Amino acid sequence: MTVSPEILTVEHLSMRFGGIVAVNDLSFTAQRREITALIGPNGAGKTTVFNCITGFYRPTGGGMRLVHDDGAAFQLERLHDFRISKTAKVARTFQNIRLFPGMTALENLMVAQHNPLMRASGFTFLGLLGAPSFREAEARAIDFARQWLERIGLVDRADDAAGNLPYGDQRRLEIARAMCSEPALLCLDEPAAGLNASESAALSELLLAIRNDFGTSILLIEHDMSVVMEISDHIVVLDHGVKISDGEPRAVRDDPKVVAAYLGADEDTAIAVMEGGT
Amino acid sequence: MALPVADQPIAKPASTVGFILKKAAISALVALALFSLMIGIRTEAGPSGQLIYWTRFGDLAAIVAAVFVGSILFELLRQWLGPVGTTVVVPPQVSKGLSVAGRLLAPALLIFALLVPVIFYNQRYLLDLGILVLTYVMLGWGLNVVVGLAGLLDLGYVAFYAVGAYSYALLAHYGLPLPLLSTAYPFITVEHLQLGVWSFWVLLPISGLLAAMWGVLLGFPVLRLRGDYLAIVTLAFGEIIRLVILNWQDLTGGPNGISGIPRPTLFGIPLTPGDDGLAAMLGIPFSPTHRLVFLFYLILALALLTNWVAIRLRRLPIGRAWEAMREDEVACRALGINITTTKLSAFAIGAMFGGFAGAFFATRQGFISPESFTFQESALVLAIVVLGGMGSQLGVALAALTMIGGFELFRGLDQYRMLVFGAVMVLLMIWRPRGLVGHRAPSVFLHRERTTIASDMVKEGRG
Repeated sequence: MTVSPEILTVEHLSMRFGGIVAVNDLSFTAQRREITALIGPNGAGKTTVFNCITGFYRPTGGGMRLVHDDGAAFQLERLHDFRISKTAKVARTFQNIRLFPGMTALENLMVAQHNPLMRASGFTFLGLLGAPSFREAEARAIDFARQWLERIGLVDRADDAAGNLPYGDQRRLEIARAMCSEPALLCLDEPAAGLNASESAALSELLLAIRNDFGTSILLIEHDMSVVMEISDHIVVLDHGVKISDGEPRAVRDDPKVVAAYLGADEDTAIAVMEGGT
Repeated sequence: MALPVADQPIAKPASTVGFILKKAAISALVALALFSLMIGIRTEAGPSGQLIYWTRFGDLAAIVAAVFVGSILFELLRQWLGPVGTTVVVPPQVSKGLSVAGRLLAPALLIFALLVPVIFYNQRYLLDLGILVLTYVMLGWGLNVVVGLAGLLDLGYVAFYAVGAYSYALLAHYGLPLPLLSTAYPFITVEHLQLGVWSFWVLLPISGLLAAMWGVLLGFPVLRLRGDYLAIVTLAFGEIIRLVILNWQDLTGGPNGISGIPRPTLFGIPLTPGDDGLAAMLGIPFSPTHRLVFLFYLILALALLTNWVAIRLRRLPIGRAWEAMREDEVACRALGINITTTKLSAFAIGAMFGGFAGAFFATRQGFISPESFTFQESALVLAIVVLGGMGSQLGVALAALTMIGGFELFRGLDQYRMLVFGAVMVLLMIWRPRGLVGHRAPSVFLHRERTTIASDMVKEGRG
């Protein structure tokens, strides 16, 4: 049996807040082991789509299907809250970093491995008695966290409070934390926001490594076009809650509709601008 | 590169006399407004119910003058100490010595606690006080799980203390109900089993479990509440339990309470003057102090059990999830942590230790009534946790010692005791706003070295 090439299929997704339609009849797919970028001007509804996929909002219409490598399929709109991460294995980061600032970098990565560790600790009872099987599981978890700290270059600061780390390190730590929950789909909400050029480049490298080495599919919202164009395999463009373009980076960049949306002008003006520019 | 002279930071000029006088005058004015009615005018009901009042302007003037002078002194003292927040350079030897002393403090306290009944064998008052302090240490450690680790502000902790105490008292009084199958209709008969000398040891775990059950029951309705709203609901829950106990006269005896609660036994051997008592068995003359010493070691053991479990839980996934929940609940959900079970388990564990302490309280007193379970007790335990430094086990023990022991120490001051107590609390909160032990030790290390996290990083319990 071959598994479908799409890891995530969003079908006719709609999200209304009272009279405001944030996302209207949106359909797109994210391919397995690819980086799919979701872009669009401010207020286009990108984060709303993210919140629907990761279970923070319950969509008012439509569905989202996620298919694991082993063929297990999940209708995300039917999963409740924390189960999207626990069973469907969708991890996310936040636009404004949400680490546990008073806990160390290592502890942050340990919290991400909560569910397997909880099982290993016999739902606390075995762990309370100091069962050797739990100690082994914990040592493995620490080792896994150490590998991620090495990958993001924070192994020396493992025992420092996450809130004390520089901004760029916090961004990478949040991605590492999401990866420690061993997701099938990693959703990143503006990972390059606030990073300088060299930090952005390091981020691109990290995301490509996640795709290539771990085979994790990535869905990403980003405003930094240098990052988006460099690493994305596929781009979906939203404007006012509607998909206006969908395709490979090159095709999307040359789409007059996209340019119009970003320039805030109508399509004819955009075409004129593009033709004038080239 | 040396900075040009002009760019070097210049010390802020010391405040002038005018500034100090102005500040003192404002303080005096506030004092005048506050005390003009409180002290300036004294009112009393006359013999036939009419209002009698007379003025005490002399006292008022004295107070206002005291505030004025005090304000000047305070400001001078503050300037002499330098601006708040300056790093005081401590020689490395001194700071190293302090950290060694800090590490030795907990074992030293433990050894002292173990020796208290030996040292103060003939001073029943001090033994009694020790038992009281340890009860609050245990309550503080129990509440610390809920407030310090999970960050859920619980103002009704005394409810679980009451549930534990009444569970023990009622089950010992009426007997433990045992459902028995029978062949005749209605097929189940309930037998009440009187436990005799084993009452305490059988009912202690049951009281704890019942309290934990109530913890879960409280937890369900407050799952979605945070911060102030959570505090109000827990406060109401504490009052509900007390009012039910007060008004369910048939069962609990209402305001009269329950008396004749069985005393604890040394695993079946009663500590009584009778022939089967411990003293007779050992062939030594009976003394009522024996029971006191036994109670002391019993509560010490219970408190240490609480401490052990709390420290252990903190290093387990559940404890880390509690702390993560305190730091950021939304991020927890995104990582697949079930907030419902995490919250309920924190409530249940905290409540269970409250229940154990309650059962101990009932067996120690031999008599309980709703008066022992007022909001003031909740506030006292919460104050111990906050004063100790949220999440710190040693801090909570020190705070309980200071609050309960210190309160007794000032008994000679009579009505001014509360005033001294309040002043000490205010001063402590100015100097150590994060409690006596205001830093957090990580639960797991990659590099084997002792680091701590300054408290300004750690979130406070806001639900």
